[in-house]
Amino acid sequence: MLLTVDHLTKTYPGAEGPVTVLRDISLALAQGETLALTGESGSGKSTLLHLIGGLDTPDGGAIVIEGQDIARLDDRDRAALRRSVVGVVFQQFNLIPSLRVIDNIAFQARLGGGYDANGAAALADRMGLTPHLAKYPEQLSGGQQQRVAIARTLVARPRLVLADEPTGNLDEATADEVMDLMLELVAESGAALMMVTHSGRLAARLGRRLHLRAGAVVEAGA
Amino acid sequence: MTRVILSALTSHWWRNPVQLFTLLAGLALATALWSGVQAINAEARASYDAAAATLGEAQFDQLVASDGGLIAQDTYIALRRAGWLVSPVVEGRLQGVRVVGLDPLTAPGGLGPVSLSEGADIGAFLFGAGQLFGRAEVLEALGDTGADLIVANDIAPGTIITDIGLAQRLLGQDGAVNRLLVAPVQPLIQRPLSEVAPDLSRRAAEGGSDVGRLTDSFHLNLTAFGLLSFAVGIFIVNGAIGLAFEERRSMVRTLRALGVPLGRLMALIVAELLAFALLAGVIGVGIGYLIAAALLPDVAATLRGLYGADVGGTLSLRPVWWLSGLAIAVGGTGLAAGAALYRLWRMPLLASAQPRAWAMAAGQGRLWQAALSALLLVIAGGLTLWGEGLAAGFGLLAALLIGAALALPVVLDLVLGLGERLSRPGLVQWFWADTRQQLPGLSLALMALLLAMAANVGVSTMVSSFRLTFTGFLDQRLASELYVSAADDAQAEALVAYVTPRVRAVLPLISVELTVAGLPAELYAARDDATYRDNWQFLEAVPDPWDLLARGEGVLVNEQLFRRAGLSLGDAVSVATDTALPIIGVYGDYGNPVGQVILTETLFRTLYPDIGPLRFGLRLPPEDVADLRSTLRDDFGLAEGAMINQAAIKAFSLEVFDRTFTVTTALNVLTLAVAAFAILMSLLTLAALRVPQLAPVWALGLTRKALGRFEVARAILLAVLTTLMALPLGLALAWVLLAVVNVEAFGWRLPMFLFPGDYARLTLFALGAALLAALWPARKLARTPPAALLKVFSNER
Repeated sequence: MLLTVDHLTKTYPGAEGPVTVLRDISLALAQGETLALTGESGSGKSTLLHLIGGLDTPDGGAIVIEGQDIARLDDRDRAALRRSVVGVVFQQFNLIPSLRVIDNIAFQARLGGGYDANGAAALADRMGLTPHLAKYPEQLSGGQQQRVAIARTLVARPRLVLADEPTGNLDEATADEVMDLMLELVAESGAALMMVTHSGRLAARLGRRLHLRAGAVVEAGA
Repeated sequence: MTRVILSALTSHWWRNPVQLFTLLAGLALATALWSGVQAINAEARASYDAAAATLGEAQFDQLVASDGGLIAQDTYIALRRAGWLVSPVVEGRLQGVRVVGLDPLTAPGGLGPVSLSEGADIGAFLFGAGQLFGRAEVLEALGDTGADLIVANDIAPGTIITDIGLAQRLLGQDGAVNRLLVAPVQPLIQRPLSEVAPDLSRRAAEGGSDVGRLTDSFHLNLTAFGLLSFAVGIFIVNGAIGLAFEERRSMVRTLRALGVPLGRLMALIVAELLAFALLAGVIGVGIGYLIAAALLPDVAATLRGLYGADVGGTLSLRPVWWLSGLAIAVGGTGLAAGAALYRLWRMPLLASAQPRAWAMAAGQGRLWQAALSALLLVIAGGLTLWGEGLAAGFGLLAALLIGAALALPVVLDLVLGLGERLSRPGLVQWFWADTRQQLPGLSLALMALLLAMAANVGVSTMVSSFRLTFTGFLDQRLASELYVSAADDAQAEALVAYVTPRVRAVLPLISVELTVAGLPAELYAARDDATYRDNWQFLEAVPDPWDLLARGEGVLVNEQLFRRAGLSLGDAVSVATDTALPIIGVYGDYGNPVGQVILTETLFRTLYPDIGPLRFGLRLPPEDVADLRSTLRDDFGLAEGAMINQAAIKAFSLEVFDRTFTVTTALNVLTLAVAAFAILMSLLTLAALRVPQLAPVWALGLTRKALGRFEVARAILLAVLTTLMALPLGLALAWVLLAVVNVEAFGWRLPMFLFPGDYARLTLFALGAALLAALWPARKLARTPPAALLKVFSNER
């Protein structure tokens, strides 16, 4: 199993005492599987994604990726995990504004030491980014920026792609276009995909679905 | 991985070259002004030390005449015979050059240009025409003496060294020496000094030079100025780094999300800053060298005029100096970046992805800033009331300036808030509110402007007050219409006989050096004459001081001796062995570094019968001065160079005074220029952030040109408000300089005068600088393409 989450809990301090964001979450994801995380705002979807991505640490439970419990890793090892195994696509794109598009695409792969220039060029071409490679992010539309963010993640060849509402900032047509491309490329790479989304329509396009309410799984299904 | 992270970090600077320029230029300017001042100080101190080493003051104990006069050569011989290992030194001035005579056969090791161990040509030094060692320009100034001239650049500036016999001949001091150096190791058996030479006293090695200590306060003033300029420069750097880090927060978060370890990231950011600091440091040290080279001649003139200290006019590139310049650049960067680095280090990886408004972040610390400002101002008040010493004076200055600078944003926020509340709703209210919103982003630059302006007001008030007082003082002290000098006692006697029937009064100028209340001082004789009674004013005096003085029942002392020795009216001071007289008056004596005591001429001649006057002040109607000069030259045969009229002395004194403050003025202007640069850079960097704030106003119907005009108006409004605060702060600074620092540093307290014309000029200059600084960013805003403004809305979802 690529990913196993076991009895995961997370609490944040709140103005009126601690707030439990995730309670006793367990799930598993195999190589090549796709999973949609749905739920209302504040249900804990993004928190779960961040914990799996090693961006935050849980209060209880385990997150095992490729046999390694990342809850027990220090900051340096969790950073190494993000460079090599996990790739995150953010809703806000989080591109580096001072780097050109081509350098943004190459960035994560270069960090991990596995950059393939030809592969990157081919991917950029498939994503329709070739005319924009010399531009800076601010010169692109929102949809184009999200394509760059997806390309940046996929060029690094992660085994697990985590996407936090990747189309949340895009109009419906662009969202569909970006989604098609992402699902196609993830499938080709053989990576597993876990995506947070509000959209039932987009969730339906993924292999499985996990619905969260108030930090707990209330529904799981295909 | 390191290369990839560095490429991302540095890409920010390539995309924001103005920010990079601001950072490097601010740091380079700060380093330049600081290291320029330090270069001047180091050069001057090296000159003092060289001079002290020449005479062995620093290394060896000395025997000097208790009355400050010369030591007979027979006394020296008697001491040698009594087992004392002493070596004679002759010292005096010839054509403005300090002539030092040494005896290489008895001088302690390492002193002077030749020694027995070097195998140098001792014969040529001692015999024949003799040799004079000194710098080329000094040897040239001395003229032809018949001796061989040997250029030696390691000799102190303005000094020549020669054999003692030649020095005695040149200085007309046959059979007498000035002091005796005592070798560190003495025979176990020797007769006590009190038996062999009871008129001599032993002075311990000073471990430094007298002149070095004397000029400490001058150098401390320069250092304080350098530090102020450095602080203003560091404000710029802090602003640039703060903005750059703020803009890179999202990048840092992304890098960490993509797998860059925090430790590595921080190390690379520190390395990046270190590289910038070193680059800017090298540039700054280079500019500092140029500044120092340009200012050094004036500083040398100042030190010569004010303290009689000789300083070389050329600058050496000392490793300690440029290394310390680089160190201060690195230290300053650390100081400016410390808080920003800490914030980055503590920044949670999952903090809101929305870019935090830089201005808002700065605003959050305002409460702390206000509290710290209040604390510093309270400390300043405490130091004013209870502080003592020069360190307390500078502490007071620092607390006052930093406290006021920290208070500025708080005060401006209150004023702008009031403006907003009082203005009509609409565009004018928006202008006030928007200006208030920009305040945090501009506050560092405005603080720099406040400091620079306050320093200008303070220092110019101090200098102008000093000049006014000094001019009045010259009128008081230089009452005689003509001053004449005789070559020797015989000529002096003939001169007095010749001029007495031709003038209203002949006033002898006669003095002797001595130690009063443990401090070096000069004892002057004053003839009982209306010249003194009519012109001199006392700071403090008993009733009828001139009558008491004339009767030999008291002495007058100058202010610096009075304050330094902690004397009071009525205290007795020693004017000769076994003779002490009460102080009956205290007079201002500006520009004189040493203490002075005035005694009536009759008593002086009784106490020091061997010292006769060689210089005289002559009182006569001003219109007769030219005739008397020509008579003295043509009939009496007095050299033209031996006569100087009052106007020439006054002009010379004022020239020395003005040169003294050339450096201060130059540093003042440079500090103000740095502050103007800070404003320009802050406005430029803010202009880039302004688009999202201005786009809605533009969309509501304001033209881009109008927006540009508002930007200019905003800069001027802030500059006006800052100026209004800088003026009282500058006057407070002037008061501290005149009433606290000057008293501690120089021993005199000066009255404070106000110069509204100067302040008006400075205000116009500051407003002009703000206007110029605002024009470029405003033009940029006015030319922002509509597409860029529209983009603000297209990004909103």
